[in-house]
Amino acid sequence: MTKKLSVFFMLCLLLGAVSITAAQEGMMTAVGEGEGEVSIVSWAGYIERGETDENFDWVTDFEAATGCAVTNKVAATSDEMVALMNEGSFDLVTASGDASLRLIAGGRVQPINIDLIPSWSTVDERLQNAPWHTVDGVHYGVPYQWGSNVLMYNTDVFPEAPESWSVVFEEQTLSDGASNAGRVQAYDGPIHIADAALYLKYHNPDLGITDPYALDRDQFNAALDLLRQQRTLVARYWHDAFIQIDDFVNDGIVASGSWPFQVNLLQAESHPIGSTIPVEGATGWADTTMMHVNSQHPNCAYMWLEHSLNTKLQGDLAAWFGSVPSVLAACEGNELLGEGGCSTNGLDNFEKISFWRTPVANCGDDRGDVCVPYYEWLTSYIAVIGGR
Amino acid sequence: MTSIPAPASRQQPPSTLRRISTFFFKRPNLSLLVMLALPLLWLGVVYIGSLSSLLIQSFFYLDGFSGVVIREFSLTTYQSLFTQANMDIVVRTVVMAAFVTVTCAVLAFPIAYYMARYASYRIKGLLYLAVLLPLWSSYLVRVYTWKIILAQEGIITWFFKLLGLNGLLEGILGLPVIGGSSLSFSLLGMFMVFVYIWLPYMILPINTALERVPKSLIDASSDLGAKPGYTFRKVIFPLAFPGVVAGSIFTFSLTLGDYIIPGVIGNSSFFIGQAVFAQQGTAGNIPLAAAFTVVPIVIMGIYLSIAKRLGAFDAL
Repeated sequence: MTKKLSVFFMLCLLLGAVSITAAQEGMMTAVGEGEGEVSIVSWAGYIERGETDENFDWVTDFEAATGCAVTNKVAATSDEMVALMNEGSFDLVTASGDASLRLIAGGRVQPINIDLIPSWSTVDERLQNAPWHTVDGVHYGVPYQWGSNVLMYNTDVFPEAPESWSVVFEEQTLSDGASNAGRVQAYDGPIHIADAALYLKYHNPDLGITDPYALDRDQFNAALDLLRQQRTLVARYWHDAFIQIDDFVNDGIVASGSWPFQVNLLQAESHPIGSTIPVEGATGWADTTMMHVNSQHPNCAYMWLEHSLNTKLQGDLAAWFGSVPSVLAACEGNELLGEGGCSTNGLDNFEKISFWRTPVANCGDDRGDVCVPYYEWLTSYIAVIGGR
Repeated sequence: MTSIPAPASRQQPPSTLRRISTFFFKRPNLSLLVMLALPLLWLGVVYIGSLSSLLIQSFFYLDGFSGVVIREFSLTTYQSLFTQANMDIVVRTVVMAAFVTVTCAVLAFPIAYYMARYASYRIKGLLYLAVLLPLWSSYLVRVYTWKIILAQEGIITWFFKLLGLNGLLEGILGLPVIGGSSLSFSLLGMFMVFVYIWLPYMILPINTALERVPKSLIDASSDLGAKPGYTFRKVIFPLAFPGVVAGSIFTFSLTLGDYIIPGVIGNSSFFIGQAVFAQQGTAGNIPLAAAFTVVPIVIMGIYLSIAKRLGAFDAL
């Protein structure tokens, strides 16, 4: 029996040892005839064909014009996106900055030939060479949309918008005479360490933090110390937008980092809620459409990359998702977005935002490979939440 | 030429079905194999196979830079499992599971005892329904409902205020470790939800065990002069104990693995299930997630061997 078992184990080992195919070098040089389909992994609401609301449809026209039938797989987290792309049977993915570098480092996505994308020149110049999709001057994707995290607060307790993130990091007495302990929240993901780093960048310049996503050991430890202090104030971390909404309505929470999504929903229900970007700035997300290294439908994929920069698509999507277009021309004359829609969604905050990026050991500057990589962010953050 | 046909030829030739039946009747081993092949394959491939591939995964490790799993034998992953923060998670989960199990047993035993020994046929049916009814509604709905019940503006706080006892509630919530700024943010609240959710899994096995205690033994015990309490301690409880253990295996292992309740209720401190979920999902660290999954397997192994030593399986 033991012999049979060991044979079985050997078989399992062999199966497991099938190695990952190496990344292909080089990129496409011409776009040919469409292959009839293209599959896209995306955030919910990113690929709309008018099924939720008939006004929001940017797929049907594309399919009619190119003959490429679009299939869409919705992912809920960046990590799910990485996992789906590792499985390998998709063409495109709308990756956020905390997934894009992982995909590039893991050899899951291919370089994009921007000469094959005529609308590339219309992309917001601030995004064209963004470090979350450009490595060593090579583009690995086309910017799709971006947005910012905000400080959400209860306007009964904060008649004036809080000027600093200190309300969620330092103990203080609020305007109603009670302490903020137990009444503030923080995001339940390791990427929140970057928010602490951003706060320290402003308040503790001696640490020399330049980029909250490239932290060397000392900077990282300082951020963890701040988060340990925050732990004593936070009754419960949030990860589910709807639970956070309930926490603000029913559980006495008065301030927290949040997304415009929750703010809009709470305001729509006439709750006393406001949002602001404090003086330290804020973290945010910028999504990039990237192409799988073994894409089975490269021509259709390139056609979609071009289509994704269409001004009408960009404006409609920004209105639908509460985000900011990567093509600035989309901000004007879009019926669904309206005049000033881009400003409402945070267009003017670009300079204040530190966009999500996967922390890797390579700091990206002259410090070299001394930065703390992402998997350590996770284990450390779990420890902090656990009270260590 | 006419003659009377031989008796054999008068019979119909045996039908295909009958021939198959005869074929298998003559070969008992083969028929056993055919019957068991599918379930055995299912058990072997789906259960044992996936479990062993999980075990193998836990001996791989993650490359820190690219986040790609390196498929080589290594104990690196187990090294990172035995850090203080991870051990905190294990201890926290095991302590919670132990408290939930003991509380469930204490609550379930009287209910099961009443159902098995005193309830009339009608009442028994109603009680079964009451125990099973919550299991028919969605687990998620029940957990999210408890979030609202336990919230600061929820019905429990409201009720305490109504009785003028909010000082008491605040005192309880002010306790270290189990307290928090509201019930839904505290380990105490999480404990209450766990007990609520898993209680039926404790009541039913205990009830079954109690129903199997022969009335004649109880009569004999009292005939021999044992007082009711003594009969309970020496006859009824030992015979029902396997039911308690069976129930405790459910409540203990279910609490060990759950990741929904700690995600909705409590102070965000991680439990094993959440750690597995975060490691395989958020961090893509499948080896560490697999190593974390080995922890409950080992704990349940220890638990079952203790239960065996206590004689829980003697009556099986």
